[in-house]
Amino acid sequence: MNMSQLVVPVNDRDHVAGSVEAPVVLVEYGDFECPHCGRAYPIVEAARRYLSDELCFVYRHFPLAEVHPHATLAAEASEAAGTQGKFWDMHHMLFEHQNALDEPYLLVYADELHLDVTRFATELAEGVHTRKVRDDFRGGVRSGVNGTPTFFINGARFDGNWADPGAFIAVLAQVAAYVHGSEPIGSDR
Amino acid sequence: MATQANQSNQVEQSKILAAGTTAPDFALRSAPDKTMRLSEQRGRPIILAFYPADWSPVCGDQMALYNEILPDFREYGADLLGISVDGAWCHAAFARDRRLHFPLLSDFEPKGAVSRMYGAYRTQDGFSERALFVLDRDGVVRWSYLSPVNVNPGADGILNALESLTPRSPAFSTPAQVHP
Repeated sequence: MNMSQLVVPVNDRDHVAGSVEAPVVLVEYGDFECPHCGRAYPIVEAARRYLSDELCFVYRHFPLAEVHPHATLAAEASEAAGTQGKFWDMHHMLFEHQNALDEPYLLVYADELHLDVTRFATELAEGVHTRKVRDDFRGGVRSGVNGTPTFFINGARFDGNWADPGAFIAVLAQVAAYVHGSEPIGSDR
Repeated sequence: MATQANQSNQVEQSKILAAGTTAPDFALRSAPDKTMRLSEQRGRPIILAFYPADWSPVCGDQMALYNEILPDFREYGADLLGISVDGAWCHAAFARDRRLHFPLLSDFEPKGAVSRMYGAYRTQDGFSERALFVLDRDGVVRWSYLSPVNVNPGADGILNALESLTPRSPAFSTPAQVHP
């Protein structure tokens, strides 16, 4: 029914947790200020724990800046942490503190993560990561991202219910089983 | 690719106006004291986005999404008009709350009349379908798409339609479009 496909393949600009060779590649387009993404966050974490090596998780930015005024800077903050090797730590930090995303808080989080805060602040001030965040957003639009969070499972947009952790994990596990069952032609990567 | 597959789904649902049809003209309120006529918008591509209702409970709702993508639509010289059966005061409050930067038209009286003209009215529910139309600068429908009412169709189809409408000219090609 839904034919929306991920048009930007997972690439080396992405933040990737796990092996891209895993049978299931889950791409999330998210917004650190979006409450739905906040609800999805522990569900994705649970899926990652449950599927372990079977799952590769990729996070891309889709800040809805008009409704979430802090979302773009928060996304850039995660990228700035990423240049210091701590994208995922900042990702966790932001989703765990969704109600405190003003810039001073971002600097506090950078400090808590033992980042070089001066460099972090400079990158934010200079908009070093603005382009990356915007590119993620545009690629998402072209792939049929229709709000946040939007998930793609092995390249196909997932229109089902991610909010039920059991059902969501079951879908991911089924995809893993399917890929295993139909190798070597089952993988579309 | 996605478009063709999606269009085949339309048969089971409302029959929306197809590509090649001249878009029926209409005049609807765009604000409590303002009326907008479609034929006065000729000369640039128009995106008509019919949707069921204001105040959709999700924050990434269709109109909020299009609001974010507005700059990309404008790169094609296109304007976006949202249409639902909500009244003009309701639209005004919704647009203010979501900080929308494009007009919302009220298909309010007679209720759903314009939606019906476009084949985009759900009689059983009393509100518009989630239907998209891209009109060229002469007011001809060049692409249309009916989405399942509970699925936000996103904007990829619109952008692809605008792209095919506008031969890539220097004024319109940016690196981001060439390499999305």
